Amino acid sequence: MSSEWPLWEVFIRGQHGLNHRHVGSLHAPDAELAIKNARDVYTRRNEGVSIWVVKSVDITASSPSDKGPLFEPSNSKVYRHPTFFQIPEEVGHM
Amino acid sequence: MYAQLVKSEGMKSAAELSPEERAFQERIDRGEKIEPKEWMPEGYRKTLIRQVGQHAHSEIVGQLPEGNWITRAPTLERKAILLAKVQDEAGHGLYLYCAAETLGVSRDQLLAKLHDGSMKYSSIFNYPTLNWADIGAVGWLVDGAAIMNQVQLQKTSYGPYSRAMIRICKEESFHQRQGYDIMMKMAQGTAEQKAMAQDALDRFWYPALMMFGPSDKDSVHSAQSMAWKIKINTNDELRQKFVDQTVPQAEYLGLKIPDPNLKWNEEKKGYDFSEPDWSEFFEVIAGNGPCNKERLGARVKAWEDGAWFRDGLLAHAEKAEARRAAARVAAE
Amino acid sequence: MATAEIAVDRAALFEFLTRMGDNTLILGHRVSEWCGHAPVLEEDIALANTALDLIGQTQLWLGLAGEVEGKGRNADALAFLRDAAAFRNCLLVERPNGDFGQTLMRQFLFDAWHHVMLTALTKSEDPRVAEIAAKAVKEAAYHLERSSDLVIRLGDGTDESHARMQRALDDMWSYVGELFIADDADRAVAEAGIAPDPASLKPEWEAIVSEVLREATLKAPTSAYVHKGGRRGVHTEHLGYILADMQFLQRAYPGATW
Repeated sequence: MSSEWPLWEVFIRGQHGLNHRHVGSLHAPDAELAIKNARDVYTRRNEGVSIWVVKSVDITASSPSDKGPLFEPSNSKVYRHPTFFQIPEEVGHM
Repeated sequence: MYAQLVKSEGMKSAAELSPEERAFQERIDRGEKIEPKEWMPEGYRKTLIRQVGQHAHSEIVGQLPEGNWITRAPTLERKAILLAKVQDEAGHGLYLYCAAETLGVSRDQLLAKLHDGSMKYSSIFNYPTLNWADIGAVGWLVDGAAIMNQVQLQKTSYGPYSRAMIRICKEESFHQRQGYDIMMKMAQGTAEQKAMAQDALDRFWYPALMMFGPSDKDSVHSAQSMAWKIKINTNDELRQKFVDQTVPQAEYLGLKIPDPNLKWNEEKKGYDFSEPDWSEFFEVIAGNGPCNKERLGARVKAWEDGAWFRDGLLAHAEKAEARRAAARVAAE
Repeated sequence: MATAEIAVDRAALFEFLTRMGDNTLILGHRVSEWCGHAPVLEEDIALANTALDLIGQTQLWLGLAGEVEGKGRNADALAFLRDAAAFRNCLLVERPNGDFGQTLMRQFLFDAWHHVMLTALTKSEDPRVAEIAAKAVKEAAYHLERSSDLVIRLGDGTDESHARMQRALDDMWSYVGELFIADDADRAVAEAGIAPDPASLKPEWEAIVSEVLREATLKAPTSAYVHKGGRRGVHTEHLGYILADMQFLQRAYPGATW
């Protein structure tokens, strides 16, 4: 036999309630062991409280040539950024 | 370094570059990161696979000389610290193999090349660890030299490699310190301990200098790698920096660096020092170092002895998946 | 420390604490031998975590043992300067690593006992014992989860992995029973409410083990023979070699600080 264990991408949510973040990848025979391996490999320093794993081959990624069309529109939607709005100083911190 | 003598694919002049290659080089010059599925010159990809693969191999072979002393560490705390450190090296190997995998080569393929000798690992790990102070010297000198290289590689142009380096540098911050901490205890300990510390420095000094590789100021390979930002400083620059950093640390320990020519050079604001014996370096790379056979033998044995384990787990995962699929069909 | 000193023979309490600490010390040592040699990187890292937990627990148990003994010995003195006959670990943990299956089976059989024991110890009348147990039981729960999962997977994997796991089980089985046999020291700490009676742990251990073996398609040996002696200091030949390795520096350079 000797075929290779599949590759998994690991996402971890840390102590502070931020979103799961991609931290790296690893090999495991299935999802359950991928979670266990992720705990042992990627939380050696108490980094995480919740782990997601997904098979690398199951990730659909935007293709690099789409970079323009996919990301430029949001660059122009400057109103998504708080600094777009000018709040009078008297109003105080917002 | 952890990746020594990495051959880079030939350097082209600006005029010889295709439009794609020129655009690629411009992105690198602007400091952009190159990401896995983006277009890249074949030479860039191949060179990176060699370099990242060699770096990964060095991490896992590098577990062995220190691993030697885990069962002989002199206190429970030292044992735990050393085990945690060697475990980190396994982790760093893992991160680096994953980075290499984004370039279209699998970890098993890279391991096969390590095992058949067609890919190398750092020369330093072919030296033996003979007394406890060697564990200090490895942390202080070998990790010290490695960190010097890795810190600058955080800025490398390939995204996954750069991110692996950032994580590794963060985790490695304690490695060199634990080594120096052992050296301090030894150098300030009994006469026998101090003798062990000096002996360790005597044996590891030149092999540590060799880690940076022979002078590459005239090397075409290095020039190309530097243009691609998969190498940031020349070997000589890093070696000089390492010597300048290490000499005062040795003085603090009251240990003598085994180099009669070591002298401060006010003009260059750095130390003059003797070159290591490069013929020894090439012998070690060719397989004739003191521990080449043991190191590679241990890796091959671990791999071969573990085949049934890896296969067994995979077979179970496949069985379990088939059972789940059958249950789904039955439920419908 | 002077507060609420429980009425128990100091020697019995010391005996109990060294049994706990020596188990974790020797098993941690064995597991750490794999570092750099495991079948796959992920497993290398996971095993090192287990060994690190066990070494950490050793520091706590032997540290407390030294306090209770009151002769100025700390955890390091107990670990590095006793000879084999003074060690109180069970024979199971000094079994050689063998192939990876034997290491895993040894780990699983121990983890199942360890977890049940530590769970009971969290309710110890001695707050120092309860505190150590509360920390260690979380680690042991994960060790058990991991080792039982791997035993199941390898038992129910390929023909070869099944055969190796069955052989490992056959080899290790007779070294477990010792953990459930009480002597005077056990009875003394049990009466004082410090630790459970060893025999009382057996039904739960059996429940865990039989369920895992069933899923793993492995058969528990029918032989009831029990190898014993470790808990009173009569060990196999293996322990001497472990100590020769482990204690070398402390023995060769007495009095040095490291």
